[in-house]
Amino acid sequence: MKTMQNLEPIYLSRLQHYLYCSRQFALIELEDVWIENQFTAEGQVLHQRVNLADQQKRGDVRTVWALRLSNIEFGIEGVADVVEYHRQEAGIEIPYPIEYKRGKPKTHRADEVQLCAQALCLEEMHGVDVTDGALFYGEVRRRHPVHFDAELRNLTIEIILACRAIVQSKVTPKAFYEAKKCNGCSLIDQCHPERFRKSASSWLAAQLKKD
Amino acid sequence: MRPLRNVIYVQTQNSWLHKDNENLVLKVDKETIARIPIHKLQGLVCFGQVSVSPYLMAHCAENGVTITFLNMFGKFLARVEGPVSGNVLLRRTQHLAGNSSESSVNIAQVMLTGKLYNQRYVIRRYLRDHGETITDKKVLFDLQTAEKRLSRCLTQITDCTTIDTLMGREGEAAQVYFGVFNHLIRQKDFEFDIRRRRPPSDPVNALLSFCYTLLIHDCRSALETTGLDPASGFLHQLRSGRPSLALDIAEEFRPLIDRFVLTLINKRQLVVKDFETWPNGSLTLKDEPRKTLLAAWQDRKQDTILHPWFEETVPIGILPWLQSQILARFLRGDCDSYVPFLWK
Ligand code: SF4
Repeated sequence: MKTMQNLEPIYLSRLQHYLYCSRQFALIELEDVWIENQFTAEGQVLHQRVNLADQQKRGDVRTVWALRLSNIEFGIEGVADVVEYHRQEAGIEIPYPIEYKRGKPKTHRADEVQLCAQALCLEEMHGVDVTDGALFYGEVRRRHPVHFDAELRNLTIEIILACRAIVQSKVTPKAFYEAKKCNGCSLIDQCHPERFRKSASSWLAAQLKKD
Repeated sequence: MRPLRNVIYVQTQNSWLHKDNENLVLKVDKETIARIPIHKLQGLVCFGQVSVSPYLMAHCAENGVTITFLNMFGKFLARVEGPVSGNVLLRRTQHLAGNSSESSVNIAQVMLTGKLYNQRYVIRRYLRDHGETITDKKVLFDLQTAEKRLSRCLTQITDCTTIDTLMGREGEAAQVYFGVFNHLIRQKDFEFDIRRRRPPSDPVNALLSFCYTLLIHDCRSALETTGLDPASGFLHQLRSGRPSLALDIAEEFRPLIDRFVLTLINKRQLVVKDFETWPNGSLTLKDEPRKTLLAAWQDRKQDTILHPWFEETVPIGILPWLQSQILARFLRGDCDSYVPFLWK
């Protein structure tokens, strides 16, 4: 694979935006559109606890908070909420990423993809295989283990490449209105997915003809 | 829809504004007059001798609150603004479109269509509300004729292929419109002859000029918020220091201002003796009436109006922001034309 080290990195947290909606990703990445809504604010409160870089050792487990990650091959970077390093008998430490999420486990795979991308970073940084991690959901207050199998890895890489393609083309995908998705989207007031479906010029012509 | 945050107009001379925690505090002679949470603000406009602490400026800049300094007469002096949004792609597209005469004509044409359409609405609305009580046959005839001529101008605008011809048509429409403007004034001590900008030498012109300044301020902030460059216009030519694009998008809203001014006069919220005459012949509002006007303007911005393109009823105050968004979306290729705000 062609190395992406000369490219502007894509932030890990943006991958889930892409999974939600490719246009949402582009609005944030290319257009700097960002509206702080209740959800993002809540997310930040939850994150504050894990935002300070720190580490602690207990027995065979070293826990690191707010660890900066990157993967040069794919041109991604970000911060892991928590990485546990589990010490093996051979003396090597195997990273185990844990990501904190507001709410409860979701039906789509956005959270898993983000976590898997962290695993790709950790693998490149430490030269070891990272096979497992976990998502911690604030609402149910429980760890939800994630196994990085071939399917999840392929999906993750596919998403990274798709994001990269948008960044390079600098073109925001057109809005595609889907009630369930768009009504839950914090960017709906900037995106106006329904309005921009109609042709502006024929609308205007019709208005002028009317009276 | 985006919640409408407030613009605060400070015009008490020698007042002092500073920051206290997350609040803006207004003091006059060491006495606290007002305390407003900064997150509720969109803009702060200071007239004349108003001092603002650097900490308040920084805090406003960080929170997207623009501070504008005007002199006593509403002339622009300076502006304090946070870092512009890094929307470099949009700005580049805008500049490229501004450089192409074809795109410029297209956009300018739509904007002027909006202006003429809304001018015609002002007259239609007057005929609808007062048509039956107009006893003077000539006045009625003049208004009806103006309405028809504006309809014709609207069609002609659509045929223009250069900025110059567009400007010419717009000028004709302005003559028609302001030619009957005096008929819309029901307080006969207010005489309106022609639209005169520098300096405005009668109360109606003075009011129009002052309110257009407020409008352009709002348009400019809306463009900044959207990530567009207010200095680079399509209809108005580039001139250093001139917010050409803010002037452009203000065009379609001028008729709303005209009607606002008419209401102030017709309802006698302002009277002729509220104005002060200066040696150069210019007129300005005295302090107290200016407060009345600014309060009325704030109220007006909260009134709701139908935006036909969005098919939604929105506060008047966010119209400039919505139009900036449509323009940005058009420049990015999300739709096939810019559409103006049509007043219905
Ligand atoms: S409103 Fe809908 S189309 Fe627009 S960004 Fe959000 S999810 Fe995507």
